[in-house]
Amino acid sequence: MTHVGYLIAGWGISVAAVLAYAGWVLVRGRSLSRRVPENRRRWMMPGD
Amino acid sequence: MSSPANRAAVLDSTSSRATRVLGWLTLAGFAVLVALAFAWVPEDTRITEQGDVVGQFDAVRLMFVHVPSAILAYTGFGLTFLASVAYLRWRTDWWDIMAHSSAEIGVVFGVLTLVTGSIWGRPTWQTWWEWGDVRLVTTLVMVLVFIGYLAVRRIPADSAVQARRSAVIALVGTANIVIVNRSVDWWENRTLHQQSTLIARKIRDETLFTLSFALAVGMVLFAWLLLHRFRTAYLERQVEELEVQEALVQRRAEASLGGDRA
Repeated sequence: MTHVGYLIAGWGISVAAVLAYAGWVLVRGRSLSRRVPENRRRWMMPGD
Repeated sequence: MSSPANRAAVLDSTSSRATRVLGWLTLAGFAVLVALAFAWVPEDTRITEQGDVVGQFDAVRLMFVHVPSAILAYTGFGLTFLASVAYLRWRTDWWDIMAHSSAEIGVVFGVLTLVTGSIWGRPTWQTWWEWGDVRLVTTLVMVLVFIGYLAVRRIPADSAVQARRSAVIALVGTANIVIVNRSVDWWENRTLHQQSTLIARKIRDETLFTLSFALAVGMVLFAWLLLHRFRTAYLERQVEELEVQEALVQRRAEASLGGDRA
């Protein structure tokens, strides 16, 4: 296989960036959920 | 039926049945994509009239992360545009949160587009970056505009003012998407990028299938990210409202204590 270093860098950075962003969103969502009372933890509709 | 413990776990996060299905689909799709990209798609080679073997060789496999990143960035910014138009029309928090969430995801994939494009460009064009290339520069401008959009959203202001200001920036910024997309056709002698490869069907069937599959997996990932980010942004607003209410209660209590002493 040719260009192995470029392939590892391109695919590796893409996967790492998406995992890091997804992890940040999930952890933030979890910590915020604990601070909001259950009756306000509903997802809105477009008219809200 | 879910047990009370399971229900509590679901409520303590931004997950739902839809996000779990999308999440597992993304993981399974990504595993298949890696297999297709590295085991099925042949390397890119062509034989010239002089008998020389030329092409991108295995570097062509970077296409399966670079092109979907660009399409997802367009999707994020396009959705921001639509949500911003809807916000200016109906003025509801839902559309403002949708614009914010999709812009943020668009920026993540926009930065990835630039980074993976640079990595792909080095073995293909022998350069990491070319300032004279209109596609590269207009893409950089597009990403910077939406980084600016996210920065403006962090400036403290009344929520309605902030939402309206952000929506206007999104409308202006989205005009650049058309320029980025059409730049290789409008200024074909000022870019290293080739013209619309997919429309002209200039790639092998295996490569085209895998690229289409990568786009489908990317769209599922985008939907998963958007659902979680939207819900997180909604919770951020709830926490802000609760903090304001708590501060008001505290201020009133302090004021009434002061009144009693007087």
